[in-house]
Amino acid sequence: MSIELGHFALILATAIAAVSAVLGFIFWKAGDRVAGFLQQGAVLQFLLVGAGFATLIQAFVASDFSLKLAAEHSHSDQPLLYKITSVWGNHEGSMVLWVMILVLMGAAVAAFGRSLPKDLLALVLATQSLLTTAFASFTLFTSNPFTRLTDPPFEGLDLNPVLQDIGLAIHPPLLYTGYVGFSICFSFAIAALISGRIDTAWARWVRPWTLFSWVFLTLGIAMGSYWAYYELGWGGWWFWDPVENASFMPWLAGTALLHSALVMEKRNALKIWTVFLSIITFSLSLLGTFLVRSGILTSVHTFASDPTRGLVILALLAVVIGGAFALFAFRAQSLRAGGLFAPVSREGALILNNLLLATATVAVLVGTLYPLLLDALTGRTISVGAPFFDLTFGAIMAPLLVILPFGPYLAWKRADFVSVVQRLAWVAGLALFATILFFALRGGAVSLAPFGLLLGFWVALGALAELQDRAKFFRTDLRTSFRRLFGLPRTAWATALAHFGLGVSVIGIVSASAWQAELVTTMQPGQSAEIAGYVVTFDKLEELAGPNYRSQAGSFSIAAPDGKTRIALPERRIYVASGTPTTEAAIETYGFSQLYMQLGEAEEGNGGQVVRLWYKPFVTLIWLGAVLMSGAGLISLTYRRLRVGAPRPAHKSVPAE
Amino acid sequence: MRRLLAVLLLALATLPAFSVNPDEMLADPVLEGRARAISEHLRCLVCQNQSIDDSDAELARDLRVLVRERLTAGDSDEAAVQYIVDRYGEYVLLNPVVAPHTLVLWVTAPVVLLVGGIVVFIGLRRRRVLPKPPAALSAEEAAALEKLSSR
Repeated sequence: MSIELGHFALILATAIAAVSAVLGFIFWKAGDRVAGFLQQGAVLQFLLVGAGFATLIQAFVASDFSLKLAAEHSHSDQPLLYKITSVWGNHEGSMVLWVMILVLMGAAVAAFGRSLPKDLLALVLATQSLLTTAFASFTLFTSNPFTRLTDPPFEGLDLNPVLQDIGLAIHPPLLYTGYVGFSICFSFAIAALISGRIDTAWARWVRPWTLFSWVFLTLGIAMGSYWAYYELGWGGWWFWDPVENASFMPWLAGTALLHSALVMEKRNALKIWTVFLSIITFSLSLLGTFLVRSGILTSVHTFASDPTRGLVILALLAVVIGGAFALFAFRAQSLRAGGLFAPVSREGALILNNLLLATATVAVLVGTLYPLLLDALTGRTISVGAPFFDLTFGAIMAPLLVILPFGPYLAWKRADFVSVVQRLAWVAGLALFATILFFALRGGAVSLAPFGLLLGFWVALGALAELQDRAKFFRTDLRTSFRRLFGLPRTAWATALAHFGLGVSVIGIVSASAWQAELVTTMQPGQSAEIAGYVVTFDKLEELAGPNYRSQAGSFSIAAPDGKTRIALPERRIYVASGTPTTEAAIETYGFSQLYMQLGEAEEGNGGQVVRLWYKPFVTLIWLGAVLMSGAGLISLTYRRLRVGAPRPAHKSVPAE
Repeated sequence: MRRLLAVLLLALATLPAFSVNPDEMLADPVLEGRARAISEHLRCLVCQNQSIDDSDAELARDLRVLVRERLTAGDSDEAAVQYIVDRYGEYVLLNPVVAPHTLVLWVTAPVVLLVGGIVVFIGLRRRRVLPKPPAALSAEEAAALEKLSSR
């Protein structure tokens, strides 16, 4: 019964969204009353979709296998957490999650957007409702999660064992919040184009949403990367898989948007470009959804391949993106450019940032889509894999990293480049010193790696140096400096922390790729192997039983160079319901570095086990850097919220605070 | 000896496979290193975007063994890769070749950077141009002004 209520709630939400969209687009000029209606509509949509989602969760938790979705993707032996995550561990459920986050964003605008000009608010909510109508209809008509079975099975088929992990509880919600959050920027862009009004207040409204989505997308991607790292079992953390690229493209475009919105907010320049980026970013999110959901790509993310769904999403994509760009083409002329500045200035640096990020986005986009297009047009199949992306993406990122530390040093409007170079010279020296030190300690072949490392140190140290420079350390007494440091605006801290995080990630990426040690060997119980100074001894093989799997775990003791010993338990699992085998790597963290162990196959007869060992120096910095970047975004976001009152219409007086 | 190897390979092929196994590895570390480097650039044809070096599929194992056979037989890296491409097609290359049909793939990003750079350059130059000083008065205007001011 509750499932039918949930189904009805989703239908009702779709209907409300459709009505809201139509009313909003026709009567947006009416202001107050239509805006009020749309606000209530947005909140209602959220409540109804939320109720529908809750009924699904309830059915999964109760193992109600008369629900087709639960029967196909859940099992009564699964732990509670995985019963819940099973809801979105499949195509239909993940679409509902997508729609739910979409309406959550709409409701958030309705709730926090009271101080927005009413016509703008109406247009934003109307666009948001239009998106909801489209995607909720897609869910209802092609991938209905509420279908019942007339002859329910006694037991469910189990969730894909690879997905039975805490990662499924975290990665999709974070990623979707990021993806879908950009819909708000998109809606604001559409509203600006229709109303023809765009100013610094608009940018102030859009930037927190961009920041919010970007924070979640960053965390989502990092989480997905770490999940792949520990689950897929060969220690890779980024594969340039089309599905990864699908999430990475909106991130790149979103990062560009974050920076261009800054220029627009501060200097009232780059308006058309910012609107364009807002549309592009969400379009790339949609493209990602299409690529993943259509089954055009096969990957661990593609739960079901159904060509009709693919076609419908493609049509949706064409209408939304095509419509947005048509509108852009018609109306962009009405947005006037403003803000004069010299080429060497903060604005100039941010434009260069945008140019390089946009090029990087294009490189990833072409690499992802070209094989599909070539196959469709000529029938030739080629692969575009990691080596291609490493080369092209690396070639674009390197100059970006070189110029990055200069950016925050440059003044708005017109900057003195020579003085900035002088102020950063010691940072370059320090980065060089750190690189040489690292190289001397680690050794290794001379390759491109030291340059990568140098760039990482340069960016990280440059970010810290910016704080030092602004606080005037070493140029005035220490107390004044500290007072200045803590008196810096939060945005300054956020900028420095985000750039520092990027540098940290780069250092981790270079170090873990270039200096990793690998050992593949067969071990009998009692035998030892050495890798990077760690002595790993295979003690015994144990049989373990999990709630819904059987497992063989190798018990290994690891003697670290400092003399301490730890026990590691890499496993081979068989999931009972599906009979699927998986491996669970054992990962031991030492400082920022990790020892990664995977238990391979057993040798016949003699008790020998194939063991794969990797030592990955500073590998955790990759994700730590991403966490720092997200943290920086959150810091900036808290600062923005204090100023939410700023973009109120001029005719209303702002009460004194 | 060769028959023994063949029998051994056949026996191995029937086992469930993981990515690079100790028994596949070549004794010569230089040769093995070359084999690993080549493997990283070859696609496992039945997998989801994995190199044969990473993959645990049967086919990936066969390819790894094949690469090692070619290297042991004295092939250069290029010849070994070509041998695989001849049999499995271009799809096996993770790094696509530069050829007419992949031209768009390789040049799009540089072209975007170039065009974008030119647009930005022109845009910045235009932005820098300050409003021109008003043109000098024409003869009639000067006369008119003269007439007005002398009134």
